[in-house]
This record gives sequence, C-alpha cells and structure tokens, in this order.
Amino acid sequence: MTQMTFARAINSGLRKSLENDPKVVLMGEDIGALGGVFRVTDGLQKDFGKHRVVDTPLAESGIMGTAVGLAYRGYRPVVEIQFDGFIYPAFDQIVSQVAKMHYRTRGAVKMPITIRVPFGGGIGSPEHHSESPEAYFTHTSGLRVISVSSPQDAYTMIQQAIASDDPVLFFEPKRRYHDKGEVDESMDLAGTLSMEKARVVSEGKDVTLVAYGPLVKTARDAALAAADEGVSVEVIDLRSLAPLDFATLEASVRKTGRLVITHEASQSGGLGAEVAASITERCFYHLETAPVRVTGFDVPYPYSKLEMHHLPGLDRILDGVDRALGRPNSLSGLEG
Amino acid sequence: MLTDDAGKGGIAAGGPRNSEDSTRRTGGDLVQLITPAGERISHPEFDPWIQDVSDEQLGSLYEDMVVIRRIDAEATALQRQGELALWPPLLGQEASQIGSARALREDDFVFPSYRDNGVGYCRGVKVEDLVRAWRGSASSGWDPYTVNVATQQIIIGSQSLHATGYAMGIQNDGADCVAVAYFGDGATSEGDVNEAMVFAASFQVPVVFFCQNNHWAISEPVRVQSHIQLADRAAGFGIPSMRVDGNDVLAVMAATRIALDRARRGGGPTFIEAVTYRMGPHTTADDPTRYRDANELEDWAAKDPIARLKSLLDRKGLLTADLEAAVAAKADAVAAELRAGTINMPDPEPLDIFKHVYSTPNSWLDRQQDHYSRYLASFGDPAEAASEEGAR
Repeated sequence: MTQMTFARAINSGLRKSLENDPKVVLMGEDIGALGGVFRVTDGLQKDFGKHRVVDTPLAESGIMGTAVGLAYRGYRPVVEIQFDGFIYPAFDQIVSQVAKMHYRTRGAVKMPITIRVPFGGGIGSPEHHSESPEAYFTHTSGLRVISVSSPQDAYTMIQQAIASDDPVLFFEPKRRYHDKGEVDESMDLAGTLSMEKARVVSEGKDVTLVAYGPLVKTARDAALAAADEGVSVEVIDLRSLAPLDFATLEASVRKTGRLVITHEASQSGGLGAEVAASITERCFYHLETAPVRVTGFDVPYPYSKLEMHHLPGLDRILDGVDRALGRPNSLSGLEG
Repeated sequence: MLTDDAGKGGIAAGGPRNSEDSTRRTGGDLVQLITPAGERISHPEFDPWIQDVSDEQLGSLYEDMVVIRRIDAEATALQRQGELALWPPLLGQEASQIGSARALREDDFVFPSYRDNGVGYCRGVKVEDLVRAWRGSASSGWDPYTVNVATQQIIIGSQSLHATGYAMGIQNDGADCVAVAYFGDGATSEGDVNEAMVFAASFQVPVVFFCQNNHWAISEPVRVQSHIQLADRAAGFGIPSMRVDGNDVLAVMAATRIALDRARRGGGPTFIEAVTYRMGPHTTADDPTRYRDANELEDWAAKDPIARLKSLLDRKGLLTADLEAAVAAKADAVAAELRAGTINMPDPEPLDIFKHVYSTPNSWLDRQQDHYSRYLASFGDPAEAASEEGAR
C-alpha cells in the first residue's frame, strides 16, 4: 500500500496501462510537457514519447473524432477533456460516433475509448470549469459512465476503463485531486470487481444515502454526523453511473426502506431521478417514504461566491436524511 | 468491377518519383486531361501519373462507371417501388468516385459519406450491402475491415476526423498506407472538416481529403459555403491542394495518385477538390426543380463523365462492339443481383434491436431485452406480435 493523491493514483493507473498495452495512446490539450492543467499526466510524455502522449490542437471535436479514427485502426485512445464545461464541442462525436459505432457496424468496429473528464465544482473557478454533465452521457446508449471517489478506485478503474472494449466516460472529481488515500498498486485487475459494481462505503440500517464522485466524501461525513444523533446511514458510492448497480441499491433499500440521493448536477432529469424512479419500481413495497433528492439547483453553474449554496453540503444532505426519516426538517409543514 | 491486375480497388500507382516540389501546389486552374468532347489533352504535370493506364484499364474504368450508374438507377427504381426507404443518387459523380477509388491500394482505408457508393463498389462492397441500410435492414451495410471502407457517414464531415485519426495510427505504426476522407462541398463548412485539416497538418499524417464539389448541398449552392474556390481553403491550413475536373476520370486518378504518393512518402495530407455536379436530387426525397435552373442541368449534362470517356475510347478505336456488349451485360447482371439481393434480404429479428449496443453484457440493457422478449412471448407467436407492434 502506498499513500498517494487522487491525481497521482490516476497518473499511476495511466502509466500502468501505457506499459501494459502498446496500443494505449493518451490525447488531450496540454497533457504533454505541462502534464495537464491538473498534472494528472505529469511525466508520461517524457517517459512514453510524443506519439503515445499526444498534445493535440485545441479542438475538442477534433480530439474526439481523431480518437475514433485511432480506435478504427486498433488503438485504445485515452482522451482528456480539460474541464467538464469544455466537453460540448465534442458532444456530437461522442454521441453520434463513439457511442453508436459498435451498434452501427453490428459489432465489427469497437470503440475502446476512455474519455477522462475532471468534473464538479467547489474550487472557486469561473464559468465552464465546475460543471457536472454526466447525465447527458448516462442518457446516451452505447456509453459506459464511471465516476470514482477514492484514489484506490481511481487507480484501478482507470485501468479497467482503458481495458474496456466499450467507450467509457470517466468523471474525475477535480476538487478531490489532492486528497490522499492508500492505494494498493499490486492489485490484480482481473481479480478486482466488475466495473458495474457499486461500493457500500459504510453500512447502516435507517436510511440509504447514494452518492458518487466528489460527494461520496461529503456523504460519508454526513453519515458520521448522523451517527452522533443516533441515525444509522448506509452510504453507497455508485462508481458506475451507467449502468447502475441496482442489485446493490436494492439490497440496501430493502434493508433501510429509505433512500436519499445526492449529486452536484442539476436535479431535473439527473441521476437522482433515475435512481429514485428505478428503485421505486423495484422496491416499492419496501419503501417507507418517497425517495429524496439533494442536488444542485436547476440553474447554470453559479459564480463562485454562490457555489456553496448550489453544492449539496453536509448540512443539506442531513436535512434530506431528516426528510426521508420524517424527522423535523427545513420543509416540515409543507405539503408535497 | 475490376478484373485486371490491380487487385481489389486499385490500378497500380504509376508516376514519377521525387516529384514533391513540382506537385506541391495550391488550387489553381482546373486540371483536365479529357475534354467534354472526349479529346485527350496533355498536361505536363499530371500526364506522368496516368501514362501507365493501359487501353484495357481504360475500358475497365469505363465499365465501372457504367455499372455504378446502373446500380444508382436501379437503387433509385427500388426506392420508387417501395423496396428502399431512401437513396442518395450519385448520378454525374461517377468519374470522381471511380477515378479516385481505383487509384487506391488495398490496404488504404476509406472513410466515405453516404453518397460514395461508387467508391464502395470499387472496393469490393457487395451490391446488396450498398442498399442494406437504405432498406432499413441494418444501420450499415458491411464490415469495414473486409473491404477497408468505413461504413457510410451521415453526419456531414464527421468522417474527415476519423480518417485523420486513422492516419495518425498509420503514422504510429510506421506503415505506408493512406486514409482517405470523402466528403462534399457542404461539408467544408463543418467545423469537423476544418479541425481535421488542422490535425492533419499539425501531425503531417498520411490522409487525403477528397472533396467532391457537386455544387449543391441539398438546396444550397456552393457559393453559400465559400467565396473562394474550395481547393484554395487548404492553403490556409498549410495543406497542398489540387482542383481537378471531377467529370474526368483520368484527371481525378492522376490527382489522387499524386496525393497518395505524397502521403506514402511522409509528405502529409493533400486536399483534392473534384469539380463535378450532382445531376440528380440530394436524395429520392428531394425535389431539385424547386431550387435550381434546368439550364444548369443541361450545361452539366454536356460534360457527362461517362459520355466523355466513351468518346475518348471511340477516338482511340477502343469502343468495340465486344466491349460495349460486355459492359452492358455486366451492368444488367449487377442490376439483377442488386434487385434480387434487395428483395430477398431477410428482415432482422425483433430482439436484434438490442444487439451490439455494447461489446460486453450490460445489466440495464439485458433487463430491457428480457422484459421485451417476455412481452413478445405473451402474444404466443413472437413474429406475429412484432408485426402488430410495427403496424401500430
């Protein structure tokens, strides 16, 4: 086990993939000499050369479209989108080409492309640097969507994503890049869990709290705080946003009867809606109350002086837990 | 279809070597080697690249062009008869497609648009596979790796980036094959085509941008896309370009060979503007009489690519009764094959809808498939249920 930051864990996973498979190619803006704006690819171009760690022209559709061509040629491109809000120029290539090529060609052409996206807020940055666009991609058939929350998962799952023959959107919680954790680098990939498997972060019996990416830490802190009040919260880290691991979610909700989902992304049409609807369909008779969503508002990502209001924090999550439990909460007395 | 020594798709590349400087040009005058009247005119820069084309090969180029025109007409008829949902005719663009495709080597890789059926045919795509997607029997016609032709792209210009990325892969592999992107005049306005040229120039990868300027993007004339010749745009990216008569099969072949040769020798990308004309509608759903002048059509009919090659063959004494009979027989046979292949094409099974979305099992989709198959089974006879489902 080694102590390392989240960013270093991804770097280490990328390095491993580059070493293990000569067809792995990293592409993106500023990922070479600079090592990426977050230094996630630090040192990789120096060690693997300019043809394997490619500083691309500043054109996201161009990066994604050329990645499609490289995949056609048998390569396994790993694309870095510099910031969440910069992914939209590549949206057409992702949705119309990357996601559909395997289906279109009846399985003849694989698109083993990993699209790394630093995402989420909490870093006080200007517009377009703090978004959570994951639901656009979970809504798109043909893509797998991952969001990791710990250095260990970052290390393991980036390698799984790269090894996957299906395209993977890999959302990295940028405000956790500098958080440290234990990473077992000797871990055998084949021996690890399926990429679809959610993780029970802490067990509980009163309410199920579902989070992913940057909010897993917040959810865990909320669970600790709730425990002080005698409320037992089971925290689940989704890890895979598409597909969702309903087996793990169902097992938890059948036990607790209450469900709270939290994410930074806006509420309407978000992951929380999908989790709530699906769990309601599957576990209706086990639910004691309606599922509760604690999410960002349906607003463009706000300017940074206001982002603490937008981002679900520990107190808002606990307020949601209180709602699920029917305890006094901020909405007590309101109908519906 | 090709029967000579060229193998699948190619007439072995001829032409001078080490001519980089003399061919590194930008746009310029329209290059023509065969006049509309069928007269072979000399061009010192381009002639060397097609001087090896034998009389027999000239005849086979003629055959390919006649056959693809026949395929195009038959597919249009099949659409009118309700056997295809849609068809994008290439009428008038035969020389652009056959001349360029026949210049390719088997290991070159083509990224075509939906109109490039002549290219697919040349590369060995089965004729019924050309219409498979237009019948709605699959979302594409063929396995790209069996013919080194990607499936036809519908999103305008998207494939130019795929070709460029593929060429980046070729470069990494140290191979000397070439990726070729086919697109039209409308596509040159798309960001993807411009980004492709930026990437191709930056990395100097072996890609050819083959633009068929057929003058119309559905109803929009090319002047809406550009105020300069399309070939001249390439200079802004630092990419050499050529502007050739796209209704002249030899000029197109020569230009393509120049570009391929440059790419194989590490000289990077080339942009070719093949100036041609879409004689038919954009697709069978289009009505060009609403937006273009009949006189324009007449002018271009006088420059017909097949008529001009036929005249050349005649002038050279090559247009024998035997050749004409053989070509006609081939066209008849291929048209019959296309018709039979279309009509006898099996319909997909209902649960095929779930196939190949992912290459590995996916729990969401597996559940939806399971539920839908139970639903179909609830009718007793799944086939009957599916046809009722579709009828609603």
